[in-house]
Formats: sequence, structure tokens, C-alpha cells
Amino acid sequence: MPKKDPVTGKLKWYKSEGAVSVYSALISILIGMAVGSIIVIIVGMTKSNISTSGVWDGIRLVFLGVFSTGRDSAGQLSFGFNGVNIGNMLFRAVPLIMTGLSVAIAFKTGLFNIGASGQYLMGTMGTLSVGLWLGWTGCPKGIAWLLAFLVGVLLGGLWGAIPGIFKAYLNINEVITCIMTNWIAANLVTWWFDAHESFKNAAEGGKVGYIIPLKNVGVVTPKLLMDKIFAGSQANGGFWIAILIAVAMWIMMTKTTFGYELRACGANRHAAKYAGINDKRNIILSMAIAGALAAAGASLYFLSGNTEFYWSTYQKLPAEGFNGIPVALLAANHPIGVVFSGIFMSMLNISGLQLKYLTAYNEYIADIIIAVIVYLSAFSMLFKTVLSKKIKHDHGNVNAEPEGTEDEDAPEENPKEIASAETEEGGQK
Amino acid sequence: MVFLLQQMMLYAVPLMIVALAGVCAERSGVINLALEGIMIFGAFMGVVFVRIFQGAGWTVEQGQLIMLISLILSGICGILFSMLLAFSAINLKADQTIGGTALNMLAPALVMFFIYMIVQQNTMGMAEGGAAGWFMIKPSTFGFPKGYSFGPVGDFFLNKVYLTTYICIIIFILVSIFLYKTKTGMRLRSCGENPQAADSLGINVYKMRYLGVGLSGFLAGVGGFTFAMTTANMTSNGDVAGYGFLALAVMIFGNWTPLNIAGGSILFGLFKCIAATYSTLDINGDGVFMLNELGISPYVYRMLPYIITLVVLAFTSKSSRVPKAEGIPYDKGMR
Repeated sequence: MPKKDPVTGKLKWYKSEGAVSVYSALISILIGMAVGSIIVIIVGMTKSNISTSGVWDGIRLVFLGVFSTGRDSAGQLSFGFNGVNIGNMLFRAVPLIMTGLSVAIAFKTGLFNIGASGQYLMGTMGTLSVGLWLGWTGCPKGIAWLLAFLVGVLLGGLWGAIPGIFKAYLNINEVITCIMTNWIAANLVTWWFDAHESFKNAAEGGKVGYIIPLKNVGVVTPKLLMDKIFAGSQANGGFWIAILIAVAMWIMMTKTTFGYELRACGANRHAAKYAGINDKRNIILSMAIAGALAAAGASLYFLSGNTEFYWSTYQKLPAEGFNGIPVALLAANHPIGVVFSGIFMSMLNISGLQLKYLTAYNEYIADIIIAVIVYLSAFSMLFKTVLSKKIKHDHGNVNAEPEGTEDEDAPEENPKEIASAETEEGGQK
Repeated sequence: MVFLLQQMMLYAVPLMIVALAGVCAERSGVINLALEGIMIFGAFMGVVFVRIFQGAGWTVEQGQLIMLISLILSGICGILFSMLLAFSAINLKADQTIGGTALNMLAPALVMFFIYMIVQQNTMGMAEGGAAGWFMIKPSTFGFPKGYSFGPVGDFFLNKVYLTTYICIIIFILVSIFLYKTKTGMRLRSCGENPQAADSLGINVYKMRYLGVGLSGFLAGVGGFTFAMTTANMTSNGDVAGYGFLALAVMIFGNWTPLNIAGGSILFGLFKCIAATYSTLDINGDGVFMLNELGISPYVYRMLPYIITLVVLAFTSKSSRVPKAEGIPYDKGMR
């Protein structure tokens, strides 16, 4: 039985609901990495060209890849603080955090935003086009940066609103409309860049398949100290912006009426409507915000300046969009948690690259680990409900006693419970 | 014209098989978002099996046999892979959308990992030759000379087609009969509509859902193999161009009934085919490439299937008949 503080009657912090989420996420991560290591071992044993020390190298890199400093003169792996790796990790985390936030906000409203890829592409198109165009016209760099960012975000928001409108007014499953809009966006973006020769990087040999990087016109995100801390890496101020946006989202979801309405719609759309909440408006706005967040990820990624966009993308959707799903799930859709899970996913990517460069394995082991974590996160939700139910149950007994003080359950949790109870009943009709 | 129709079938066949796979799972009450992942896995295993047979010394003469055996084996691999979804969705009552998404991420990761391990590059093809040379039915298969023509109808059915077109028709008939005319099929459907009532009549809901997901896994695996053979020249690169998701759309588009799905996938196949071949498409055989001369951007043609799906969904959403218990884990304790 969980212990309670005798003075406040509240649960100890390490027994709280948030802590349980963190435990289940950590368990998923450990199991995922263990599965990755097992694959490393099995493959190492079956392949003749991988020795026992090669297997050991592989396992160490799965866990500690981001601290790898390459091989020393004796050919052994060495570990330590690697500013380039850690900086690149934070740099690559930015789009993951943003698409993760996008998926998480939609999840909180009860929507599964699988369309982050399309929204990401629309953001890419808006930011690159406006950034390059304003850069050429000689607009002040700061204003050009801001406009490029805002146009990208706006396009993504509009694109995200489409599945929202279909869901709100026609009740069409957002998964299917998101998939359709993804592919439409992929074609639109390719069409746009195909039709505008001036955006293509024809100046550098062999780069005509790419769009001119924004550093060529000087519209780039300021470094904001990141180049001092992680010299030689691609890290820039975009990381701080992503954290600011995550905090803003957390405040919006938990401290404002609007956020409360979104969550009420997510818990039970019909109950929310009965309580006087405009469910249609909230669904559309939630998808629009989700789209804007995904697009902001693309904007920050390409505004870093030295990233290049391969424009003929009509047959392939960007992986960042889908990777937002595991980021959100691992963080249990908590906006602040998304920052950490985004960094973690990015760390796995770096580990994968180290595996590719330093051992006979390849980077896809990181993707396998991520997939296993997503698979487990489906269970961990179950695990979490069981655990928090048990805690709440014990809790209720204490409340019945006279010492029981004010209601400890955060007030915003109550409607959710009522609403989910109603869903269960509604499902039986 | 024959060329257009044959090309259309090339795109429509894998779509139809996989959309029917979706029906089997969803009618039993499990959302199978993992169709894409199972297809990717099936396609990869299919290529692996073909390579194994080629390595074992089988030759072009046994092409159709190799194809049939590999097709069935990749279907079985599809079953095994889909059991991951069944376990999480049925036994652990986990969120089916998340479980499906996990498989969609796992399949390409595993496939790419092993492709790199096996061939040290990002695509794995056959050990020798190509799909057309080994598996395509041509006049020479029946002993006729190379440029021989069976006439327009005969050409459509026998010249430069894959056996999978016929397998698809058989699958369509079998799935229709299974779902509507057999006792097991009707029980399976009842589990997708009202599992509590089905259980009260002595039907094992868990077993039926496992059956639904398993069938779906088999068909999706077969569909993946078909995709790899007919449109990707028997190669696997951890990608099936979103066909699994498209099949899902076709399934919703076809209102969860096999006949409508067949129609939907042919329509979809037609648009996909126009997008791929519009510049060399000569519909009435007068030497004028009409669609090309209209001067519309190729991207419009490529977008068309998706836009049309959206529009059709918008207009038919009111009459949509979703299996009622779809996506809700069955809990014996609940009334």
C-alpha cells in the first residue's frame, strides 16, 4: 500500500501518477534496448565476420553511443564527452520534439495525428520558399527569419486543419484523412519546387536535386551559445525555441480553459458537448495546432541553415513525421516529457550512426529499438492504469477517515474519469 | 487498351488482396493498422525465399512453382508477424492503433537491418534474373513464339500477366464465401458487431479475433509478396510505397464489403496506373498521347487517387458501415 505524507495526506512524489508514467517509460526503454542487444548478440554469433569483441562493441554502442569518441590507436572503442555527438543529438532532437508535441497535443484531444509527415512537408515548403525569397530581396535577416518561420507554421496549421474538418463535420476517421493528406502534401511540395527552378541548388555540382540551403542567403537561426558549448556540432538556438514551445504547450494544456476544453473533448467528445463545449471547433483547432507544431519542427530544422532538402519527395514521406508518434507515446503525451523522449530518440539515432561507422552492424538497430519501445508502450499504458487505479483505490480509503484533508486528486482529473466511465457505458449500446 | 487494363491490374491486385486482409481483421473487431508493416515483412520474406530456392538450384522452368511456394511461405510469415498485433490487441487489450503503428515501424527497421546484414546495400533483389523473366506468363510459357498475340481478350488474360492476378480473384471469391456463407465467417463477423452477444451464444471471441487477425496477416503477407513481384521487380527495400495504408483507405472506401472493395481497388488501380503511365498512354490507339498533350502536371495525376478518396469519403460518410465493436478490446467481465 502506498505511503502517504501524514501532514498533507498527499501521495509521496515517487508514487504520483507522473512518476508511474516515468517508471513505465523507463521499463519500456530498458526492454527495448535489451531486445536491441539480443539482436546484436544473435547476429554476431551467426555472422562469421563479427568476433566476440565486435559483439561487445555493438552492445556498448547501443547503450552509450552518444558518448563514443571513436576508436583509439589500439583499435579499441573509447568513451568520453563528445561535444560533436551531443550537440548533433540536441540538433536532431528539435524536429523530433516538435512532431512529438504535435502528436501529443492531438492525442490529448483524442485524435491520432499520423499526418505529421504531410504537415512537416508543408512547413518545409513554406519556410524554404519564404526564407530564400526574402533572403534574395535583401530583407533584414531577422524579419526574414521570423516570416519564414511563421509562414511555414501557418501552412502546416492549415494543412493539419483539413483532417480536423473532416473529423468534426463528417466524422471521418482522422487516420485515413491524414494518410491521404500526407501523400497529397508530398506531391504538392514536389510540384511546387519542380515548377520553381530558382529554388534548386544548381550552383553546386550534383546538388540540383536539393533546395538551396538557407545559409547561402544568411537566413539562419542564431546559435545562442550552443556553438560555445558543443563546438563543431550543428546545434543551434532552435533547441531553446523548441523547449520554449514545449513549455508553452504545457501551460496551454494544463493551465488554460482552452486546454481544459481540448482535454475534455479527448476524454469524451459527447460528454464535452453536453457540458457546453464546442467539440467541432476544438477538434479542428487541435489538429491545426498539431499541424503548426509539426511544421514548426520542419521550419526550425531547415532554418538551421546547413540542412538540405531533397525536393523530389513524392514517393517518400519524411521519417520525422512518423517518429513523432513514439516520442509522444514514450512521454505519455506530456509536453515536457516530450522534450526528454525527443532527446532520447535522437540519442538512439546517434548511437545507430556510431554502430554504422565503428562496427559491422548498421544504424537500423536503433529503429528496431524504437519500434519495440512503441510496441511496449501499448502495454505500459495498461500497466499504468492498473498501478494508478491501485494507488487511487488505497487513496480513497484514507479520504474516508477524518484526517483526510482536501481532495488530493488534481481537479482536472475528475471530469476525465467521469467521462471515461461514460465512454465505457456508451460502448455497450 | 489491353496495355492500360493490364497495367491497371498490376496496381489493383496487391491493393485488393491487402484490402481484403483488412476486412478479415476489422470484421472480427480488430483494427489492423499494421497492414503496411505486414506487407513489408511479407515482401522481404518472399524475396528471401525466392533467393533460397534459386540458391538450391531451381531454374527458370520451375518459375511458377517457386513463386507459388514463396507466396504461401510469405503468407505464413505474415501470420507470424500479425500475431504480435493479435497478442497485444486481444490478450493484453492494448490500444490497437498504437500496436499497429509499432508493427509498421518494426517491419521496415527489421527488414532494413537484415538486408544490410545480408547484401550490404539498401535493396535486396533476386539472386539472378528478374521477376519478369522468371515469373511472368508469356506466350513462350505455352510454347508459342515471342511476339505471338492471342487477340485482345486472350492477351489480357494470358500475355504478360502474373499468376497473382488469378490468385487475387480466387482470394476474392474465397473471402466473400468465407465471410457470408460459412458458419465460422458469420461468427467472426458477429464478434466485430457485438462480441458480448456472440459470447453469450457460446462463440469464443478471442479465438475468432485471432482467426481474423491471422487471416489478415496471411493475406497481407501474400499482398506484400505480390507487390514486390509485380511492381518492384522482386526486390525488397523496406518500403511498399504506402500500399498498406492505401489498402486501408480502399477498405473504408469499399464500406467493409468484399465486392465494393474489389470495385474500389480497381478504380484506385486505374488512377495509380494513369499517374504512372500518362505520358505514354494511348487509350484509343490512334498514336496521340491525349493525357500528355493536355499539359496537366504529372503531380496532379499522382495526387488524384488520394483526392478522389477524400472526396468520395466526404460524400459517403453518412452511409458508412463501420463494424460496431471495431477497436474496442473485448473484456469478458464487461456487459
